Amino acid sequence: MTAVNGDTDRDRGVRDRLRRRLWSIAEAMASPRRPEDYLDMFHPLRRGADLRGRVVAVRPEAGEAVTVVLRPGAAWRPHVPGQYVRVGLDVDGIRRRRSYSITSPPVTADGTVAITARAVAGGIVSAHLAQRLAPGDLVHLDQACGDFVLPDPAPEKVLFITGGSGITPVIGMLRSGLQRLRDVVLVHSDATRRDVIFGPELRELAAGGRIRLVEHHTERAGRLAMAELRSLVPDLAERETWACGPAGLLDRIESYWTDLESGHRLHTERFRSKLAEPGDGGTVEFTTGGITVDCAGTSSILEAGEASGVLLPSGCRMGICFSCVLPLRDGTVRDLRSGEITRAEPGDGVLVQTCVSAAAGHCQIDN
Amino acid sequence: MTEEHSDPMTVMQRKDVNPIAHLTADDITEIGRRLDAIRAEVIEARGERDAAYIRRVIDVQRKLELGSRIVLFASLFPPAWILGTAGLSVAKILENMEIGHNVMHGQWDWMRDPKIHSTTWEWDNASPAEQWKHAHNELHHTYTNVIGRDNDLGYGIMRVDEDQRWHPIYLAQPLWCFINACFFEFGIAAYDLELGKNLSSKRRRSDPEFKARARQVLRKIGKQALKDYVVHPLLTGPAFLTTMAATATANLVRNLWTNSVILCGHFPEGVETFEKRSIDGETKAEWYLRQMLGSANISGGKAMHIMTGNLSYQIEHHLFPDLPSNRYQEIAPKVRQIFDDYGLNYVTGPLPRQVGSAWGKVFRLSLPNELALKLKRRRPARPVPTPAVLGERRAAYGLTPEPVAV
Repeated sequence: MTAVNGDTDRDRGVRDRLRRRLWSIAEAMASPRRPEDYLDMFHPLRRGADLRGRVVAVRPEAGEAVTVVLRPGAAWRPHVPGQYVRVGLDVDGIRRRRSYSITSPPVTADGTVAITARAVAGGIVSAHLAQRLAPGDLVHLDQACGDFVLPDPAPEKVLFITGGSGITPVIGMLRSGLQRLRDVVLVHSDATRRDVIFGPELRELAAGGRIRLVEHHTERAGRLAMAELRSLVPDLAERETWACGPAGLLDRIESYWTDLESGHRLHTERFRSKLAEPGDGGTVEFTTGGITVDCAGTSSILEAGEASGVLLPSGCRMGICFSCVLPLRDGTVRDLRSGEITRAEPGDGVLVQTCVSAAAGHCQIDN
Repeated sequence: MTEEHSDPMTVMQRKDVNPIAHLTADDITEIGRRLDAIRAEVIEARGERDAAYIRRVIDVQRKLELGSRIVLFASLFPPAWILGTAGLSVAKILENMEIGHNVMHGQWDWMRDPKIHSTTWEWDNASPAEQWKHAHNELHHTYTNVIGRDNDLGYGIMRVDEDQRWHPIYLAQPLWCFINACFFEFGIAAYDLELGKNLSSKRRRSDPEFKARARQVLRKIGKQALKDYVVHPLLTGPAFLTTMAATATANLVRNLWTNSVILCGHFPEGVETFEKRSIDGETKAEWYLRQMLGSANISGGKAMHIMTGNLSYQIEHHLFPDLPSNRYQEIAPKVRQIFDDYGLNYVTGPLPRQVGSAWGKVFRLSLPNELALKLKRRRPARPVPTPAVLGERRAAYGLTPEPVAV
């Protein structure tokens, strides 16, 4: 047995060496391009390619939302329901990245992944999704991420509180995790009954007795007050809770839960981070390319750089994922969320999150 | 002398006809304002159409290169050799001009596509992108046609202006210039490396920074040679020699073509040069004016413009080096209108005439000035607008109708 295994290992070693040799020949042939630049022209979804997805379908949903069904590249790893994915789209010729909740189950018969987004007023990317994106288009993808997910094993009693498009991560959990959940209450707040994304599907789940659905329509009843929530869900203190929606709703829920001291956990998912009062801004010098840009007190170094065509790493764009971190070589930046000041002396390399930092005077960023 | 130096355009005023004598300071400011407006308009409008354009050019270029290299597997068969060599020559020219040169200028950085970005692009040429960007973007585009500052003016090896001092060695410059054209990519690499200057003294030769950059160039040349003269020919097996000859020919064609285009940009007769001190304290509008007078276009069809990387719109390119190249032909009429409105010479002509004119200068200026000036064809008198006409134009832009003495 050992001998056989040894042979297999050796074979594998030979194969790997051969593959590496062939690849280095391909690299020499393609220079100064990379072999993948040529392969991408013919097979952009192959294993080993940068992760992309091909649009299979674009479906309108209620409440001016849109679901985009994608066939991801071979390297895609199945998501956990509740997670989101960062999508890179070329809008008006400019690569823009946004995060969208995944609304399909982790495993689908045809291997596709669906994301759902609601058109934001003035939002160029969500408008592009709804109006311009067509089957056959390629989009750039990252692996799914986010910790707004159900634990394993799932808790006995669960409460979901969602507002508007906040339903999108929750529908993912309901679509694939419902068999693990015994007692589910979903309180959903939206402008009207018609605006509820996935409204008919949720109502069907409720009619079938799988979940208890409480709809709150703000156009008629005003914003959801915590006292009302308490009367709608009298046992809420006994439930592990997941909340996702507009910042105002989440702020109210967070402070209510703090007062409640129920001991049961509250998980929240924000689409935008809370911001502090802005500073005066300043100028940012990017060391690669030697470009200096003005950065208003309200805009992040990432946005200011991108607007001037500087290539910068980015991720969630709300200070969570740390993919945008770059060294601050000199100067001062201000955290857009807390107002906290970070200072670097010349030659330092203080790592700052460019997506939530604004310039405070002149600063130098190593890009 | 002091008086001359206080004036922004000294060299021009020593020319037989000072091309800007009729302009006031306000005129120059207004020219700057109108050019800024053209730039702002393009930046506002650029978008999906432009992105689709460069992606299409890149796609066509890669397929053409791939296709040509495949055809060369049959390069023992003469028609295949010709087809493959022609295709590869065009692919290499596209890669260097419309793609490489323009991407490295940052013309497409606004797309935020890391694959088509000035900081990540490496081109199919002997000079490493990083060194070329410094020599070209920072030095040549800033100090365009300033004698002693812009090394592109003759590349430090040629005399292309009467104000460059003559030396007997320049008698051989037509030959030298032709050799440089054949090996242009290595000429560019040597030039970006400032090889002449850096080899001149032992101190410079042993400077670790120079040595590191020289190693970088040698590595790049090694990779280029490995690809073109070893790996691809070997892959074609029995056709090794014919494939190698094909790639060598494609590189030669690319070198001769790019050299011709570059000569046309700044050397034809009618293009102005500037004295070193004339740019002290230069304003943005004066910089624009220097680019306008120091560059020359090539007229021709669409294919010619693409093959020159739109450097046939050298004037527009020099005014706005970072605007997408496909936009130059769109703004050219507006730019030309400014030349016309202010009685300035928009130097342009078909490729053979411009190449001829540049080479004529190379031959003429290989001689000392006494002889060279005798051979100089008198510039045809340009109709400078009459004071009345200029006054009307000034009034139209809300300026004083009379030129104010500068």
